[in-house]
Amino acid sequence: MGIQFKQETFRDDYTFSNSPEAIRRFPFPFDRDEYMYSVNIEQHMPGPPKSYVEFPIDIDEHYVSEMRDRAIVLKEDPLRCQSLPHMLPAEWDLVELLMDSMSKHYPEHFQLTKDGDRWHWVNQPLGIDQTFTFGDTATLPCPPMEYITRQCQGDFALLDQRQDNLWMDAGIVTTQADWSLDFDIGMNFMEWHGPVPIAHDIGVFDRALKFLLNLQQGRPVRRLNWTMTINPRLDTSPENYHKWGQEKATVTPENVGDKVHLRVELQALWRLPRSNAIVFSIRAYLISMEELVTIPKWGRRFPRILKSLPEPIANYKGLSRYREMTIDWLSKYDDGQPTSPGFFPD
Amino acid sequence: MSGGVEILVRVADIEQATATVRRFTLAPLSGEPLPVYSAGAHVVVTMDDDGHRIRNPYSLISRAQDGSHYRIGVLKTPNSRGGSIYLHEKVCEGDELVITMPVNLFPIVRTGRKHVLVAGGIGVTPIYAMAEELRAASAPYEIHYAMRDASCGAFADELVEMHGDKVRLYRDDAQEVIRVDAILPHQPLGTHLYVCGPEGMIDAILAGGRKAGWPVENLHSERFLAPMGGAPFSVALAKAGITATVRSDQSLLEAIEEAGVDAPYLCRGGACGQCETRVISADGELIHNDHYLSDEEKASGAKIMTCVSRLKGRELVLDL
Repeated sequence: MGIQFKQETFRDDYTFSNSPEAIRRFPFPFDRDEYMYSVNIEQHMPGPPKSYVEFPIDIDEHYVSEMRDRAIVLKEDPLRCQSLPHMLPAEWDLVELLMDSMSKHYPEHFQLTKDGDRWHWVNQPLGIDQTFTFGDTATLPCPPMEYITRQCQGDFALLDQRQDNLWMDAGIVTTQADWSLDFDIGMNFMEWHGPVPIAHDIGVFDRALKFLLNLQQGRPVRRLNWTMTINPRLDTSPENYHKWGQEKATVTPENVGDKVHLRVELQALWRLPRSNAIVFSIRAYLISMEELVTIPKWGRRFPRILKSLPEPIANYKGLSRYREMTIDWLSKYDDGQPTSPGFFPD
Repeated sequence: MSGGVEILVRVADIEQATATVRRFTLAPLSGEPLPVYSAGAHVVVTMDDDGHRIRNPYSLISRAQDGSHYRIGVLKTPNSRGGSIYLHEKVCEGDELVITMPVNLFPIVRTGRKHVLVAGGIGVTPIYAMAEELRAASAPYEIHYAMRDASCGAFADELVEMHGDKVRLYRDDAQEVIRVDAILPHQPLGTHLYVCGPEGMIDAILAGGRKAGWPVENLHSERFLAPMGGAPFSVALAKAGITATVRSDQSLLEAIEEAGVDAPYLCRGGACGQCETRVISADGELIHNDHYLSDEEKASGAKIMTCVSRLKGRELVLDL
């Protein structure tokens, strides 16, 4: 019967929420009680059924509403989607990757038929039926990357590989944790990671870059990253800081459970076949503290994580202002009992 | 598995292109289309020669539109450890081989305004694919292809047929040499050069480029080294607790694999850096044959690229 898509908002009245099933499959990113900085890259292999990594591209109950939110962002700010001219082959690579994966794993919602270069794409949840010629941009209503990523959850950056470096030369970024494609476009891997604290000193980015330069076709990798967001807002961009920055000041001991959200990004990287570029997908998941503590293990563990977080990391993630208040609110769910190893609920 | 995803293929056709070059058409056993790749990519072919496992990289020449086959070109090299001789003498149409997914260490720089492709001998294989990709993209390019004599130009006719006056051929026996000092100085700004061929030719072309004032970022080469043989030595794998002998006709990596350890690799030609391994101790002199480690790293003796480098001495202890 497929996924029941919810109608909800990520702005203004913030009607977003997670069903109990969505809470259970939330990508909780801590496998132990203490915070540890790590690159934590692993093969992007299929995970357990119904988990967020069952399929390479995860579509969930928020799909339709997230796509509506993306359309609002793009209408207000077209520079959230940019692509330098040499990235067109990578754009088509992305069309293939996403259409193949979505139609294979969610056939009740998406269908793709190919007759040579003549492709027919049906997206039922969004009511789209498109026939086009693969490789011919004129046969789509908008450029290929924009076309397919208006129909797929998550932000996407296309990284060109040259001079033993990766260059952020295309992307669509509307659900970001305070970084800007318009600012980063054309930068290389070391440049766009410039602001991250601590990691440079311990050589994390040198190792990560070396690893990614040899990323192989057919062997995608993934990692989880996290931060916190006040209200379930997807678009926490620098461009709109004036809209969401002030919301950090609205947290009170009474509304922590409802307002404070853990935001986890499932980041995956694929080597693309035609272009030799890499696609970096950043799929954001939100969960309120109220929802998080319905999993007792996570309710115990998360306050312990927040307590052990080094100050520079807390500042970089922008959560210093409400960290203590959140720890206080969560502490009533931490009875001091030991937690089981691993990420998943008991 | 450490080299990546593997694909089973059947040899669908063998063409004796010249006296020393054979072109192999490889079709997927599964019937699923072979993956699309970007020009300049290679696959590693695994061969099983009477229990002696050989893995060599070969550049992909072309892929059928529908993915029904790849083509590779193989030069028979007399001092080969067996890979090219095995492919020339023992592999028949219908035989099965294992290849890796394509890996590209020699990609076209898509920001380039123009592309100068230079090939010598069997080095034409990646250049052939690059020329086709540039033609399809309507990008400006030119091709310079040097061969020993007319009978050695395995790809000359096809290149001329497809690329017309963009191709310039040079024959050693007619004393024709690629005049790098004439070709390079008058290219438009933003031109990139790609060269694949014998060591001496690559060095000369790159030196010519630098002399013409080109930025090194615009000069690209691919040197696949066949692992060189040498005196046998002993290798101890500290983590695995295994000691093995590296025979004179074997690479260090092949000996490690034969001992049952799944060591990392990608190109098997000293270029990509994937097989970089920490040296715990070496009773003897490390012979670094790769193009990956810096001179300082080579001198330090702390690392070795197992695919092409070896020990001149008694025993090497590795962190594997």
